[in-house]
Amino acid sequence: MARPVQGLPSSSLADISFMVLIFFLLVSTMDQDMGLQRRLPPMPDPNQKIDDVQIKRRNIMVVRINDADRLLAGGSAMEISMLKEKAKEFLLNPTNDENLPEKVEQTIEGFGSFPVSKGVISLQNTRGTSYNAYIKVQNELVKAVNEIRDDFAMQNFGKKYFALTEDQQRVCRDAIPQNISEADPKDTGRKK
Amino acid sequence: MAKFTRKGKGGVPELSTSSLADIVFMILLFFMLTTSMRQGEKKVTLKMPGASEVAKLERKDLAAYIYVGTPIPGEQAKYGTDARIQLNDAFRSVDDIRDFIAAERETLSEADRQFMTVSIKADENVRMGIITDIKQELRRTSALKIMYAARKAVAGEF
Repeated sequence: MARPVQGLPSSSLADISFMVLIFFLLVSTMDQDMGLQRRLPPMPDPNQKIDDVQIKRRNIMVVRINDADRLLAGGSAMEISMLKEKAKEFLLNPTNDENLPEKVEQTIEGFGSFPVSKGVISLQNTRGTSYNAYIKVQNELVKAVNEIRDDFAMQNFGKKYFALTEDQQRVCRDAIPQNISEADPKDTGRKK
Repeated sequence: MAKFTRKGKGGVPELSTSSLADIVFMILLFFMLTTSMRQGEKKVTLKMPGASEVAKLERKDLAAYIYVGTPIPGEQAKYGTDARIQLNDAFRSVDDIRDFIAAERETLSEADRQFMTVSIKADENVRMGIITDIKQELRRTSALKIMYAARKAVAGEF
């Protein structure tokens, strides 16, 4: 005679799943990884001629941080708070100054022709520069580029950069490139 | 009217706990999806510099981490107080980065290798000398996508 199947007691299932839950709470983290993303230049080919990448002087702004975390940008010493305006002026060149970078009309896919600045910001540091100062300077430069992109997006699309579609963001990135070069290190300053 | 007489002694009936397991499983699933596994143990003191323009690392599974900082007090007797590089739970020198990157690349699938990001988590007090060495070594191994890890800070607050 077949007996009816008894229901399995499921009260301990809750205890077991609680234990698994606590295990996951302990071993996992929720913090997000945030940071400034960069692309390093590839190592130069040893056979390559040194002088084939020549950048005109007006197209380059040298930002230098020394051992004492003092800042030299475009030939004059300044505070970090002033760097952003200096970088914006350099990249935008609103008055088409002879000493500021030239612009080249480039056709951007899906947008049209736009004068793209050829300016490159070259960031140099010594071995004694503190990491904090370096990140602060990087941050200011990124902020300068981001603000220019926001302005560009506002003018052309009527929205801030982050609110644009993927395609419009690409247009902004093409129109205002983030040309921050991390130069080869110079062996100045004290060795650690 | 006898139909409606109460059976038994009355009192509060027992709560059904069969749905509790389902609820807990749902919470568990939520946690499994939103969090990621802890990456080893940090052996350096790490106070990352603050920056306002930080971007989120999109694919955490493609990241390799390099920690730079002074060893934690428990390790100072052995490793001193100078800034050191930590790769995978152990203190290493700059020369070991090459092998470390190669090993990290191996763990990724063929298609994802080009998107590997090296996240440099350095204390704000380390000198750039050691960072520059790391950067040069990364260039040599052509791991060119890097990220300077930073705290999100409101402008003017660092």
